[in-house]
Amino acid sequence: MTYASHSHSSPDAIDTPDSIDAVDTDRRQFLHYAAAGVATVALGGGAVLTTLTATAEPRTTPVTSTHRWGMLIDTTKCAAGCDACVTACERENGLNLQQSPTDDAADWADQQSAWIRKVTLRDNLTGQVTQLPLMCQHCAEPPCVDVCPTGASFKRADGIVMVDRHTCIGCRYCMMACPYQARSFVHQPVAQKLTQVPRGKGCVESCNLCVSRRDDDRQTSTACADACAASGQGAIVFGDLNDPNSPLHQALAQVNSRQIRQELNLNTGVRYAGL
Amino acid sequence: MKRIVYREWRIPPSRYWSLLALLAAVIGIAGLSTLYVEHHGHWVTGMNNSVVWGMPHVFAVFLIIAASGALNIASIGTVFGRTVYKPLGRLSGLLAAGLLVGGLLILVLDLGRPDRLIVAMTTYNFSSIFAWNIFLYTGFLAVVIAYLWSMADRKGWPYNYSIGSFAMVWRLALTTGTGSIFGFLVGRDAYDTAILALLFVAMSLAYGLAIYLLVLMFSFNEDQRPLGEVMLKRLKNLLALFIMVMLYVVLVYHLTKLYGAKYNDIEHFILLGGGVYTLMFWFGWIIIGSIAPLVLLYHPDYSQDRNWIATACGLTIAGGFAAMYVVIIGSQAFPINMFPGKTIVAFGAMTEGNLIASYLPSLPELLLGIGGVAVALFITAVGVRVLQFLPESLADNVIDPHYKAS
Repeated sequence: MTYASHSHSSPDAIDTPDSIDAVDTDRRQFLHYAAAGVATVALGGGAVLTTLTATAEPRTTPVTSTHRWGMLIDTTKCAAGCDACVTACERENGLNLQQSPTDDAADWADQQSAWIRKVTLRDNLTGQVTQLPLMCQHCAEPPCVDVCPTGASFKRADGIVMVDRHTCIGCRYCMMACPYQARSFVHQPVAQKLTQVPRGKGCVESCNLCVSRRDDDRQTSTACADACAASGQGAIVFGDLNDPNSPLHQALAQVNSRQIRQELNLNTGVRYAGL
Repeated sequence: MKRIVYREWRIPPSRYWSLLALLAAVIGIAGLSTLYVEHHGHWVTGMNNSVVWGMPHVFAVFLIIAASGALNIASIGTVFGRTVYKPLGRLSGLLAAGLLVGGLLILVLDLGRPDRLIVAMTTYNFSSIFAWNIFLYTGFLAVVIAYLWSMADRKGWPYNYSIGSFAMVWRLALTTGTGSIFGFLVGRDAYDTAILALLFVAMSLAYGLAIYLLVLMFSFNEDQRPLGEVMLKRLKNLLALFIMVMLYVVLVYHLTKLYGAKYNDIEHFILLGGGVYTLMFWFGWIIIGSIAPLVLLYHPDYSQDRNWIATACGLTIAGGFAAMYVVIIGSQAFPINMFPGKTIVAFGAMTEGNLIASYLPSLPELLLGIGGVAVALFITAVGVRVLQFLPESLADNVIDPHYKAS
């Protein structure tokens, strides 16, 4: 399994149907060589060395609980009509490669995989409208992990809740249990997928905080947070909940935040401000 | 009580083989449906990311709880010492095993990856009630087989009471476990209550007995074996009692939910404004599936007529499917209450006005469910034909020592 070498290329580099396995490798290599060439011309030999070694290696050490990855989402900054996070997530995880097997758009809308949903709320008393992205909340006490009969739904030591695609039997009990409706079942054959995001018909999947980026120490963010920042909103701050010096920790210290369905006491890794 | 003689089911071969062929054909079609769904993926079903369990689960859960209910008849004879029920024990065990296998097959064949069954059987997460249920279901089959042995073999007879008692505890655990699959789901308003375990126990008693009574009446009628009024009256009164117990638990369930404002929305949805689910609840589960059978079973004239008793059983079973539809699908169709005090205007691709998840059962999933029922009946039909499960007679003078012909 290769990890995240794509992440050095621009996001657009994977936003094409030909970004699947074999073809993708060629394209990546091309981009690396191109980048190396440009770097050689522009910066000289020292930079070449950096560029050539900047390919992510598979993680060789176990994940530890030193980090606990999480996010703060400031709903006051989340703009109406913006779906940059959703689009970026789809591109990062190859969900944009999904093709509808049915002509019924309404059916497909609720059958295709969605790792992030853009949610719009209206306050019943004041009518105030709130926007927010909703994804797996990466609970410290995840109900989906409790109920999974085979243990395919699991929580990593660094707090990421995800599905082991190789032991998921597709029973969907985790989807019944998830209080956030954050999981998707792959309803159709997967014709195209990205190397670092194995997907397959009949298994359950959900946001994994861009786990292949997490296994590359030089990556500090998620696709959705990057896209949100690039679009000028900056509503999503990603980081380490355990690190008092992390931007996430500091952002959390400055605003009142809460967990969705806080009464369930699941200690979510994703927190919301302005909600 | 006279000595009970058990005999194989001796209906004419042409009739028997026709019955088996019919059931086999239904099973075959269900098999093809499964292949179709597995080949194309679940998009060909009505299920989606909101309603993740559909028609197959309605059938599967119904059959599984009915299985444990069907075994109840044997328990009454063995554990509670009601000798009148003892001749019914063997069929009770056979039917229970058949219903369970039928239900399990549906569950397994509806998995996203049924080819990974071996993973499910070798990799366990013991904090999952689902994983525990795998043991409860397979263990149930083993216990039932041992129970049947103790009923049918002289060597097993000394252990009959012990095994029977164990089987009763096991079947209660099984239904409790099945109810808990839903009851332990803290995230959905319709679930998250331990009373679902009790509700499933109560439902299992009623639905298991309704199926048992129909199978008993049909098999005796076909083979011209006498089924006396005494036995029939006891069984139909028992069915009525079980239906009332179930109605009581349904009432308590809804009162529990109605008491807290937290659950007002889901209660309003199921009881008043949920369209097809409200209809299923009131018309299917309560009126057709509970009140109507009670009226028939206690009516001074109708309750004397076997056809009406059979009708009452059929209505109870139909009500059982409606109940499962409400409990399993209705509860998922209602949006999860994530933002109290706020109205969800848009939720991904879903927008206000369409937030109730849509679900329309597709033909393949319906056929898979019906196939499970056919498997249960097929196992029962083969069992009664090749082994001595059915008593030769359940006439009044055979089962009742105090019977006096009037």
